[in-house]
Amino acid sequence: MNSVGEGCTELKREYDQCFNRWFAEKFLKGDRSADPCSELFLKYHTCVQKAIKEKDIPVEGVEFMGPNREKADS
Amino acid sequence: MLLTRAPSHTRARARTEGGNAADVDELQDYRLCCWGSAGLVMIGKHFFSETDIKSTWEQVLTAFWQRYPNPYSTHVLTEDVLFREVTSDNLLLSRRLLTKTNRLPRWAERIFPGKRSVYIIEDSVVDLGNRSLMTLTWNVNHAKLMRVVERCVFAGERDRPVWTRITREAWISSGVFGLSRPIQEFGLARFRSNQVKSMKGLEHALSNLQKASAVCPGDSAEKHKNTNSASKTQKPQQYI
Repeated sequence: MNSVGEGCTELKREYDQCFNRWFAEKFLKGDRSADPCSELFLKYHTCVQKAIKEKDIPVEGVEFMGPNREKADS
Repeated sequence: MLLTRAPSHTRARARTEGGNAADVDELQDYRLCCWGSAGLVMIGKHFFSETDIKSTWEQVLTAFWQRYPNPYSTHVLTEDVLFREVTSDNLLLSRRLLTKTNRLPRWAERIFPGKRSVYIIEDSVVDLGNRSLMTLTWNVNHAKLMRVVERCVFAGERDRPVWTRITREAWISSGVFGLSRPIQEFGLARFRSNQVKSMKGLEHALSNLQKASAVCPGDSAEKHKNTNSASKTQKPQQYI
């Protein structure tokens, strides 16, 4: 699957592989040891954030679960 | 954004049922009034469905992160993780950004030219203790034309551990004056079609994972006793 940043796809793949392994083998089994993917994520994240800014994608400052909060208030 | 049925929706409907020109004028004035004073009043459609699939919650979750690309997701152009965190109470929070093609019916393309993609955020919370995944997905552009908010819950069945219940809810709304209803109808039809593709995509990912685990070298010693031809014809476990 491609990243929104054309040059980030390889970094994304490496991070995804690491995450999927950790998720299935550690997280789901209740193993709370530290996430080994943080360095890979940082490289990938830096690349994607640059692409988001260049493409002017409106994700900045969007609250986590935003529309759900609105629903709870109404 | 109002996610429950706004009072204006019920009132507007009652007025159009009257049928004559005067009622329609009143309706228009009413909508303009609401637009001005209450901000953007969205009138919408609500969708709800519940499906059980015969896979464990753990398998569904693993497949959930790996479902793109799949043969049913050609409309999904990109997928990125923007944020991830394991909280102190062991919840896994994630945010994904998806880009999807913006396929409109011809009549809408004429009115809204331009083929800009749709950007979608998917926020999720994995609660391992309760065997539950909750996701909230919504588009962050083209929102005035049509806004779709979808909430899904993937819950492991306590009494039936090899089953997972998927509950899906969506709110489809359009703020476009004079065109709300056709846009909502289109939105609902497209949402239903995407829901089918989404399930097929998840099942495809689940099937891939099961095939991969069937040929895993870590399998029991008994498998090595089989001849090559026997192990090739061995059918992988079918959960779906």
